[in-house]
Amino acid sequence: MTSQVDQSEAVDGPGGERRTGPASPRSGPQDGSGRAPKPIRRLDRVIIRFAGDSGDGMQLTGDRFTSETAAFGNDLSTLPNFPAEIRAPAGTLPGVSSFQLHFADHDILTPGDAPDVLVAMNPAALKANLADLPAGAEIIVNTDEFTKRALAKVGYDKDPLGDGSLEAFRLHPVPLTTLTLEALKDSGLARKDAERAKNMFALGLLSWMYHRPTHGTELFLRQKFAKKPQIAEANVAAFRAGWNFGETTEDFAVSYEVPPAKLPAGTYRNISGNLALSYGLVAAGERSGLPVFLGSYPITPASDILHELSKHKNFGVRTFQAEDEIAGIGAALGAAFGGALGVTTTSGPGVALKSETIGLAVSLELPLLVVDIQRGGPSTGLPTKTEQADLLQAMFGRNGEAPVPIVAPATPAECFDAALDAARIALTYRTPVFLLSDGYLANGSEPWKIPAVDELPDLRVEFATEPNGADGTFRPYQRDPHTLARPWAVPGTPGLEHRIGGIEKQDGTGNISYDPANHDFMVRTRQAKIDGIEVPDVEVDDPSGEARVLVLGWGSTYGPITAAVRRVRADGGQVAQAHLRHLNPFPANLGPVLRRYERVIVPEMNLGQLALLLRAKYLVDAQSYNQVRGLPFKAAQLADVLHAAIGTLDAEATR
Amino acid sequence: MTDFPALRLVPKADGPQSVKDFKTDQEVRWCPGCGDYAILAAVQSFMPELGIRRENTVFVSGIGCSSRFPYYMNTYGMHSIHGRAPAIATGLAASRPDLSVWVVTGDGDALSIGGNHLIHALRRNVNLKILLFNNRIYGLTKGQYSPTSEVGKITKSTPMGSLDAPFNPLSLAIGAEATFVARTIDSDRQHLQSVLRAAAQHEGTALVEIYQNCNIFNDGAFEVLKEPGTRDEALIRLEHGQPILAGADRHVVRGADGEVRIVPRSEGTALVHDAHASSPTAAFALTRLADADLLHHTPIGVLRDVRREVYDVQMADQLALAEEQKGRGELAGLLAGSSTWTVTD
Repeated sequence: MTSQVDQSEAVDGPGGERRTGPASPRSGPQDGSGRAPKPIRRLDRVIIRFAGDSGDGMQLTGDRFTSETAAFGNDLSTLPNFPAEIRAPAGTLPGVSSFQLHFADHDILTPGDAPDVLVAMNPAALKANLADLPAGAEIIVNTDEFTKRALAKVGYDKDPLGDGSLEAFRLHPVPLTTLTLEALKDSGLARKDAERAKNMFALGLLSWMYHRPTHGTELFLRQKFAKKPQIAEANVAAFRAGWNFGETTEDFAVSYEVPPAKLPAGTYRNISGNLALSYGLVAAGERSGLPVFLGSYPITPASDILHELSKHKNFGVRTFQAEDEIAGIGAALGAAFGGALGVTTTSGPGVALKSETIGLAVSLELPLLVVDIQRGGPSTGLPTKTEQADLLQAMFGRNGEAPVPIVAPATPAECFDAALDAARIALTYRTPVFLLSDGYLANGSEPWKIPAVDELPDLRVEFATEPNGADGTFRPYQRDPHTLARPWAVPGTPGLEHRIGGIEKQDGTGNISYDPANHDFMVRTRQAKIDGIEVPDVEVDDPSGEARVLVLGWGSTYGPITAAVRRVRADGGQVAQAHLRHLNPFPANLGPVLRRYERVIVPEMNLGQLALLLRAKYLVDAQSYNQVRGLPFKAAQLADVLHAAIGTLDAEATR
Repeated sequence: MTDFPALRLVPKADGPQSVKDFKTDQEVRWCPGCGDYAILAAVQSFMPELGIRRENTVFVSGIGCSSRFPYYMNTYGMHSIHGRAPAIATGLAASRPDLSVWVVTGDGDALSIGGNHLIHALRRNVNLKILLFNNRIYGLTKGQYSPTSEVGKITKSTPMGSLDAPFNPLSLAIGAEATFVARTIDSDRQHLQSVLRAAAQHEGTALVEIYQNCNIFNDGAFEVLKEPGTRDEALIRLEHGQPILAGADRHVVRGADGEVRIVPRSEGTALVHDAHASSPTAAFALTRLADADLLHHTPIGVLRDVRREVYDVQMADQLALAEEQKGRGELAGLLAGSSTWTVTD
């Protein structure tokens, strides 16, 4: 998922099907044993899932493997998946935390449908993830945790490691805990502390299996535990022991190599959606010359942005952890009145609380960024899982006619550009803007081609400095004829003192007005301003030009939809694809694009919110495909949907 | 000329200003006889005393009768939404230390729907001056009881009398770690301006409760504090460093049990008011002196005025320190991070 317009031929096929290349001898740094080197098999792509208890450090393990993989130069996509509880009861199914990573020697788009390798740290992790594994997948289990009690806790009558139920898989039983303790027996650590390094043992083993560089992880561990050198060294020792275990044990007969991907030339780093979005906000501040003011209240999965921005005070970024969601946006709006780039970050329930203030911002016509990292709803819903069911809330969730532009990034890295784009719209048109990311983009990561700063958009704004009225007065609601934006006159500017508020204002002067004709005019003008926002045309990818089916998505479904489209085309099917970054206003060419195709399929992680808008606005029979499982679509599933749509049309044609 | 240390970062006016400079051309739309007129006139004629540029002054309000106030001040202003003015003003003041930011609010706005923002603004000690117009009734929604209405009050929404125990705004403020707490009365311009002066001098959040008469829905609520025949007995005028006297022949003492009470002057020694006492105990006790229903023994003046670090100053200091330690942020370096790889053609 390196870029939205990539036309790579590569196909996200079913896991493990395209293993290629001859086995070749391997020379590893730790290979001093004198044994015959193990064979190496070349793969083009691998999907690994680390799964364990919430306290087992699976997210950290996944992050480290991801960093090693990024450093190695593979393309990659990740899917962290964890419960809302910080420490659910140990060993239970609800307590299972997992991290899936898909990496490849080519451009990929999703974290993968089904893991080729599952690392299961306990029976709960095995049970919770087994259904996702295709036959032939490798399973590495920590046998030490497969005690009678632990098995009973998750409802296993018999030990699945011994009852033949895992025959379809390639099972690697490894006593991870025992081996870790053995490796650390001279570390001086208490048993309990030593045991906690078992995730690093697992990481070491997987790093050996897939030829990952190890230097970064050792450096990372020593930095992370800089104040506890004993712990740092124990983790490094466990990590190395895992690596050596792979190298020496006979159970692991081969290792695998996934060569670096041939991405477009440039310098890359791995980045998650929330980090990219945070950088986008810092960049928007730098490119606009305005100080960033973030008013926020902690909420999953948006809090990372508050954490990240609070580190960047040397960019003049102010972060304010408010007493509630309402105060968060209120402070951001107050700062915007004072000339700052006001930002508030939240998730769906927080948006509900902020609605009244967003309406005030619409009325005040001040720039403001409202970042919604969507999660499963309604109400508290699924705090740590993804969904895209806040679209209609963003679109309509306010009293009165209160239009707000909506920008939605498609991939984790694109969160950076989307933040800049949202800032452009807010600053140019003096309006609050919704930035709709989601939990999958927020926590997922991918390689990001680091942009050149001087190629980022110029977002400089001009504050009003002079009276604009014919009589020498200042008219705060006298609009720019092109953008319909009103002047931004910040306190401290002499001669432009003015009062604004949520009561309807007279056109031009901004004075309180209850005049019916004026209200009608102002409502229509505010709508016209948003409708007139310049957004690029939607691009249609239809290589043959003969497709009759169009698949249209928005937001984070980009990856699975694009992967599905590649599958369909690889099978000889014709399908056109378009993806919306701007949901309000829609691109000007969207109507004609929709009408060009006989079938429009709209996959969404909601019950058809975009489809509803498309049907209402364009009178097009857009057909929804919906899933609200808290997880992204799978490519295979969407490919089936597209095949079916094509098949239906073909069948109709032959009737 | 009074010194206003809290305004040291606000640009000074080029020359003297007058009350006229602070009046707008907008028709004032309060009910005839409303106490808000007196407060507006007192504030407009007080502002020139600050000696700061008018354009660096901002009034932020919520919703309610009093919250129309900003429209009548020829400064920058925002009439926002119900209860949220302290939050909005916090964002403005925290990002613009060169502004003098005033919040105008009422008892419903500040203590009911906006109670949360009020207490958090007070504990943070942002450089804000909050003028709380307390008329003990909802005016703009036409006469329902408010969080400061007395128990048993008959209103449109409480035909058999209200059941809610009221807030004592000043007790609440002190409980919320307020550094400046004062009370005054709409009709006593001199006293009102003296309290405004003290609030403006204070560094941090100042809460000024102004007893304000709503002549439509709660007329005469504070009459006992205003009538020449009763006011001298009803009011306790607080002045820092002075003994606290109550009426002609009584004063305030601290008993052996630590309680503060009002006794004849022949008994004990009058408590000397110390607005700057670091402990809030005495100030809190003073907030509890008045009879909630009859308002007998109502202290007015500055109950508490102490120094504590100011939020927006500390926020600016952190930014400066971060820049000093790490250097001014450099975007290209941030974006590149520490772990990259390069792909060549």
